[in-house]
Amino acid sequence: MPEYDPGKRSMIDSHVLSTPATRNWPSLVELRRKFAGRWVFSLLLVTGCAILTLLVLAPLYTLLSKSVENRAGEFVGLENFARYLSSGGIESAFFNSLWVAGLSTLVVVFLAFMAAWALTRTRLPFTGWIRGVLVLPILAPSLLPAISLVYLFGNQGVLKDWLFGAEIYGPIGIIMGSCFWTFPHALMILLTAMDNADGRHYEAATALKAGPWRTFWTVTVPGARYGLVSAAFVVFTLVITDFGVPKVIGGQFDVLATDIYKQVIGQQKFEMGAVVSVLLLLPAMLAFIADRYVQRKQSASFTARSVPYKPGQDRKRDTVGALMLTPTLVFIFAIIGMAIYASFVTFWPYNLDLSLNNYQFGRMDGGGWGAYGNSLQMALGTMVIGTMLVFFNAWLMERTPQPRILTGLFQFLSLLPLAVPGLVLGLSYIFFFNHPDNPINGIYGTLFILMLCTITHFYAVSHLTAVTALKQLDQEFEAVGESLNASRWRVLFTVTLPLCLPAILDVALYLFVNAMTTVSAVVFLYGHDSQLASVAVLNMDEAGDIAPAAAMAILITATCAVAKLIQGLLRSWVDRSTRPWRQGTE
Amino acid sequence: MKHLKKALALTTLAIAVNANAQTELTVYTAVEAEDLAKYAERFNEDHPDIKINWVRDSTGVVTARLLAEKQNSRADVVWGLAGTSLLLLKNEGMLVPYAPKGLEELSPKFRDSDETPSWVGMDAWMAAICVNTIEAEKNNLPMPASWQDLAKPVYQGHVVMPNPNSSGTGFLDVSAWLQLMGEDKGWTFMDGLHENISRYTHSGSKPCKMAASGETTIGVSFAFRGARLKEQGAPLELVFPKEGLGWEVEATAIVDGTDKMEAAQTLVDWSITRQAMEMYNEGYAIVGMPGVAQPVEHFPENAGELIIDNDFGWAASNREAILSEWARRYDGKSEAK
Repeated sequence: MPEYDPGKRSMIDSHVLSTPATRNWPSLVELRRKFAGRWVFSLLLVTGCAILTLLVLAPLYTLLSKSVENRAGEFVGLENFARYLSSGGIESAFFNSLWVAGLSTLVVVFLAFMAAWALTRTRLPFTGWIRGVLVLPILAPSLLPAISLVYLFGNQGVLKDWLFGAEIYGPIGIIMGSCFWTFPHALMILLTAMDNADGRHYEAATALKAGPWRTFWTVTVPGARYGLVSAAFVVFTLVITDFGVPKVIGGQFDVLATDIYKQVIGQQKFEMGAVVSVLLLLPAMLAFIADRYVQRKQSASFTARSVPYKPGQDRKRDTVGALMLTPTLVFIFAIIGMAIYASFVTFWPYNLDLSLNNYQFGRMDGGGWGAYGNSLQMALGTMVIGTMLVFFNAWLMERTPQPRILTGLFQFLSLLPLAVPGLVLGLSYIFFFNHPDNPINGIYGTLFILMLCTITHFYAVSHLTAVTALKQLDQEFEAVGESLNASRWRVLFTVTLPLCLPAILDVALYLFVNAMTTVSAVVFLYGHDSQLASVAVLNMDEAGDIAPAAAMAILITATCAVAKLIQGLLRSWVDRSTRPWRQGTE
Repeated sequence: MKHLKKALALTTLAIAVNANAQTELTVYTAVEAEDLAKYAERFNEDHPDIKINWVRDSTGVVTARLLAEKQNSRADVVWGLAGTSLLLLKNEGMLVPYAPKGLEELSPKFRDSDETPSWVGMDAWMAAICVNTIEAEKNNLPMPASWQDLAKPVYQGHVVMPNPNSSGTGFLDVSAWLQLMGEDKGWTFMDGLHENISRYTHSGSKPCKMAASGETTIGVSFAFRGARLKEQGAPLELVFPKEGLGWEVEATAIVDGTDKMEAAQTLVDWSITRQAMEMYNEGYAIVGMPGVAQPVEHFPENAGELIIDNDFGWAASNREAILSEWARRYDGKSEAK
């Protein structure tokens, strides 16, 4: 079998490029170029850090600094923290947050890993379609699972008995809802981690007569280790900072995120909201440190000498894979199906006549089609700007020589938004971008600030995906390129970008769909002419128009599904057009 | 050439129309989205030269947003926000006092008590109990008639109400009970009620919505939401307890820092005209101008007599204490069961 070696290609190209002139003064010119190159890369990453500081750190500071101020803005030290801790019920909120987020993480990572394994290590048919279904939850506004869960398991729910008398309103509802919406996040990271497996490891395992079980534990799991930890970190942080699900279906079950809601929306106490936000950062920070610790030990699993793994024929294994996918698929279908049904029902549960009335968005309050148009524009902008920003920065961090401290700083800045609840981010953006002294306060109230806010809000997972994909490429690619006089830029465009195209498409889709569905941060930022469909869904539900809300949610979901379909087609086209290259001259 | 001339003429015309037409006002509101178009349309019948750009969200979000924007306010006018919120903004110095034309015709409860008021009232939203008749029959529950009824053991696990720490409606109920019954009896009543509550929600309309969809039998909420849900076909009965109802004024104010003062004043003037009051009356049983209100479907005819003599000053100054006492008694520990 021929070796996988993109270096060959660069070799041919760089022969043409390298002129004999450079040979006369190799050391000096080389050194100068090297130095200049490094300097430029560091400067670019510093710019990246500056951009993220502007988008994350500075706004956050304006809000979080209020945690040590009183209402009048005077410094009061830790008084607010003391007051918050002594007000009681806090221990329960903190503890509740931890165990609910912890349990959701376990469930989601377990399910997502099983699914990722079945998709990448078996030869099940229709994996493209299955992948499509598995990401459905991310395509839906968060209210959609909430409506469905109530219709399924609420007091009038069709499956109420399945809870054995327990109530959906409370931890059960929060965990189910959280698992639903965070699953695609975990799956996306795990798939990226497991997609490019090195076939040689599996060949070695077979040669050493390891059984499938042993191979699983010695090859598959260690290979996905980094992805597993990242996924756990992401899910845990997403759940603990989310207030949408607990607010809608959590009943009175107190968690830290709803405490922020109570303080800020219920009582307009920004300083106390800031206190809870700071407390919320703590568990997220711990998760961050744990993630960093494991990541340090990660090395590229897909090297220049790797052979892409192709699972062989194995009926038994495929059956196991199908079984592993079943529970997740059923759950997702049940939730989406119920929401579609809900959007046609006249008045649940007393008038179950079906009609199309709920889809007449033109007559609807909250902007209807206008809001939908705004959402589309906002999502497209977020996708284009965000993907470029994310990938370029991730590339700088991973594939160019950088001082350690700079990469550490950048990693921290890019993961920080994950630990910030959308509500807090949105308010921070008001304080920062609306400030009269801020030279760019003109963007406040426009679609552009909504885009910036959304990119920031979803930066972390996009960044992790890009980094995971980049990490899997052997550093030798650049080394080979360098020795052949091909600059890093050239390697970027001829090797790295094409190899990472699938991950880039994933990031683009991720940003697009989240921009379509996000609510928590943008609710503070939209202006009179930049209303969003996702906010309209929330408002309609708030007004009791559950069926129209479900209808608009389905429209958003359908739009995202179309985006996913386009992305899927592009992906398969990319796969096909790079396959001969990826697999050598087979 | 002919076409060009025509186009040119049209363009000039369009510019001319635009020039004298549009002062644009950014108006923040918590009024129901479905009513906004109507409000703007009616206002424009009298003042076609002012265009209203709405920014709408729930009371809590709008208030938080206004406060957060304090240093560089984006709103020109607030039209349709809870009196409690406006009081908060007033204390932050964010409102411009203004005495609109026809101020003397407003009832005294419907205006800021300063001589030049910082806000003027539109209408009142009042508490109500939403009872799902189908579920009540299923569970064999009698129709409650008073607040005290709700504390009876028969309703155990069938009542949902908003958490006053998250929702203005919730606070309105609690403050009304304390004013009606006195502090001691008020808290005793709530202790009893707490035994019957199946859960506290974060939003004021949610309890009624839950009653409408049978997720609970009884939801403590507000009348407007109940009436709208009934119109949509929900099997609801609205109960207005005989002891009296908590209520809250919805009001209008000019935000400090607006550079369109003239238009803002025009809007506030119009917001308390008889026409405007009649318009509010289409959805609300009680409006700021005495003698205007006609009975509204699904609302009690004697709504004006049912509401309590709400002491907003007392409620505002004791809000923090009441909320922390409420949290101490009922928050968190309710999870133990």
